[in-house]
Amino acid sequence: MVDAPKLIEARGISKQFGGVEVLSDIDLDLHAGEIHALIGENGAGKSTFVKILAGVHTPTRGSIKMNGDAVNVTSPIAAQELGIALIHQEPVSFPDLSVAENIVMGRKGGGLLSRVPWATIIADARRYMDMLGVSIDVTRPMHGLSIANQQMVEIARALASDSRLIIMDEPTAPLTPREVDTLFAIARQLRDEGRTIIFISHRLEEVRMLCDRLTIFRDGSHIATQTVASIPEDEIIRLMIGRELKKYMRKHTASIGETALEVSGLTLPGAFEDISFTLRKGEIMGLGGLVGAGRTDVARALFGIEPAKSGKIKVGGRDAKIQRPPDAIDLGLAFVPEDRAGHGIFGTLPVEHNITAAIPGKIAPSGVISRALERGFSRKSVDDLSIRLASLNQPIVELSGGNQQKAILARWLLTEPEVLILDEPTRGIDIGVKAEFYDMIGDLAEAGRAILLISSELPELLSLCDRILVMAEGRITAEIPRDEANQEKVMQAAVPRSGIAA
Amino acid sequence: MTDTTPTREMAPARPTWHVVLVRPETMTLLLIIIGLVGASILSPFFLDASYIMRSFTLTAEMSIVALVLTMVIISGEIDLSPAANMALSACVFAWVQDAGVALPLAVIVGLLAGLAMGALNAFMSIRMQLPSIIVTIGTLIFFRGLAQIIAGDRSIRVPESFVGINAVMVFGVPLPVVIFVLCAIVLGLVLGTTVIGRQIYQIGTNQQAALHAGINAKRIKVGLFLLLGVVSAAAGMMAASRLGSVRYDLVLGGELQMVLMAMLGGTYIFGGRGTILGTFLAAWLLVIVSTGMTVANLLPAIQLTVLGILLIVAIIATNFIYARTQR
Ligand SMILES: Nc1ncnc2c1ncn2[C@@H]1O[C@H](COP(=O)(O)OP(=O)(O)OP(=O)(O)O)[C@@H](O)[C@H]1O
Ligand SMILES: [Mg+2]
Repeated sequence: MVDAPKLIEARGISKQFGGVEVLSDIDLDLHAGEIHALIGENGAGKSTFVKILAGVHTPTRGSIKMNGDAVNVTSPIAAQELGIALIHQEPVSFPDLSVAENIVMGRKGGGLLSRVPWATIIADARRYMDMLGVSIDVTRPMHGLSIANQQMVEIARALASDSRLIIMDEPTAPLTPREVDTLFAIARQLRDEGRTIIFISHRLEEVRMLCDRLTIFRDGSHIATQTVASIPEDEIIRLMIGRELKKYMRKHTASIGETALEVSGLTLPGAFEDISFTLRKGEIMGLGGLVGAGRTDVARALFGIEPAKSGKIKVGGRDAKIQRPPDAIDLGLAFVPEDRAGHGIFGTLPVEHNITAAIPGKIAPSGVISRALERGFSRKSVDDLSIRLASLNQPIVELSGGNQQKAILARWLLTEPEVLILDEPTRGIDIGVKAEFYDMIGDLAEAGRAILLISSELPELLSLCDRILVMAEGRITAEIPRDEANQEKVMQAAVPRSGIAA
Repeated sequence: MTDTTPTREMAPARPTWHVVLVRPETMTLLLIIIGLVGASILSPFFLDASYIMRSFTLTAEMSIVALVLTMVIISGEIDLSPAANMALSACVFAWVQDAGVALPLAVIVGLLAGLAMGALNAFMSIRMQLPSIIVTIGTLIFFRGLAQIIAGDRSIRVPESFVGINAVMVFGVPLPVVIFVLCAIVLGLVLGTTVIGRQIYQIGTNQQAALHAGINAKRIKVGLFLLLGVVSAAAGMMAASRLGSVRYDLVLGGELQMVLMAMLGGTYIFGGRGTILGTFLAAWLLVIVSTGMTVANLLPAIQLTVLGILLIVAIIATNFIYARTQR
């Protein structure tokens, strides 16, 4: 591995945004045929660095050599020609085009007027999706796909580009274990073909399972590069966050009280069927299952985004009619959606406006917004969740992925909800903050709030939840109390009955 | 959670001068100054405030409508029918009072006509979810057609008592200008300081996110279309008062000028960005440029060319500025 040929030599890469240096003098070598992990806290500069490699950003200083020759990656197209593919942290796609078109997007075609080879395009797209074990119709349009499937399309697009360097920016964040396994198998196969992969993730077990070497960034600086096998976990964490991580896993000790949310026979044909459960004050209830099991659909129905066709919802013991999100908010519900970029942030608006979006009544008691109140609420959120930003006036897109997530979370915490529905809330959040975040969820439960946690991360479900419901193919297949919950039980219930043979 | 490492707080934000300078409104203001200087070099009489004011009354009605249109565009929609609405409302108004309806009642009928037109646009764009650009191109033609059916090719006179709004002076300022300034202040406050205003930006930036944040996007957009309908009707009747009579071709093509004002003022055509101040300044800029050119005896064809160039420059500049602040 050590004397493997170098594919990429990056030297002195620095990047400034509006006078703020977010990357300083990064040196990094990537070998041909390795899987290289890039890890670090939220906002450490991982995405920025790989975007530079992929021509999305131009570095303020620094040079890149590929196979020993200096290259100028001035645009994504230049990167593509050099054989560099980037799987974005936030899937970007053309929503109105078909899945197949999104996959082959950017492939070189014949002349301007040559016929579009539809048959090959569809066949190719289908082949890549099969490889990834995703069974969706490739001729359907992109929009409406779950975030996990959008991610799969991104991955398929990178595979289709036949690149020498494939960069995966948190590809596994929205995926469930089974999909992660498939992805890893493909990644290993690509490595064995001599390609290079950069793998960004906040999950250290994944790094350990998959990667050959790892590089740690902290505050925009390169801290270390080592072989994965030679570095113990605490050392990684210490290098990443610059301090010891306080050992989390305090079980919260909320006393579970009266019923906060009661759902019976909730059905939305094509999405979920006959969903019934009760959620009590002070309880953290997990909702596990594979991607596409209908968990998000249930959450959306509860929040009135796409109401169920039949069934009953009771909030605080009273019958509730939730037809639109404002109804849900009035009843004390809050919902942190899974698709941060599409459903969460107001990209170009200031962080402050994003954080206070759900509490108009609190920042503007008279209808006119009080700057002081707004500042106060935002400041407090930023401190409580240690959101990392240059200014509250900064457009939220300028924040790193994890910090955007925290801002959206902050938005809903400010509503002081009775029932908090979280859909993959720790997606893209670094381990330090995750621990703080789990603490916060515990505190909220202790304060008597009811929490419905949708998560594809089993350890998260197992360690946090008082009870875990598992869904498969739109139905609840198991209800597992905390002391009986384990990985096998959840997974078993999550696998669709019809798909057991696979 | 307060024991975070000191590096958590990041380097300073962009300096204030940077934030202020790199704004589309600043560009509009700059253009106004250039226009003023240029025009006063061409003609020393130009720097006469009352002359500029009087010229402004010619486009004051459209400028008022452009203020509301700005809000519609920020919310992510567009309306190309307000000029036709002005004509149709004015025709309806003139027609019913010509038929013997009392003047105040006729005004109300005119306003209701405008409201109905706004409601039609809202119904098709928001309820039926058709693209508002297509819908309002359709209603633009439809309204104009109705106006022609009502008024035919003749001009309908309005009663003496109703004529001459532009001759009414408030502390030496023509009434239409006063109304425009007041509207700008009120709408500027609504957009800039209230929850509704904030939500208009949020809807225009990401409608899905607005939905998920519990913001009632549909209601706000319907409200904006209705407001635009009523305000267009009021503006149409102001124009009738200024001109003394109404024809179906009142402010023909005015929609382009209104969009031009919004764009020149830095409103982003895809929504989410823009200010009332920008449109306010742009309205003055247009008057200064066109009267400047008239004073300088430029041919109408050249004037039109200059306006076209202005629009293109404005669009390039705003897009450039927004692209820069977005990266
Ligand atoms: N377009 C931009 N303009 C200004 N600042 C930016 C921009 N993009 C990123 N930044 C800043 O650069 C820093 C690094 O961001 P980056 O997205 O690279 O972090 P990251 O390591 O990928 O974090 P995460 O794990 O949360 O995704 C952050 O502080 C972020 O606010
Ligand atoms: Mg990132």
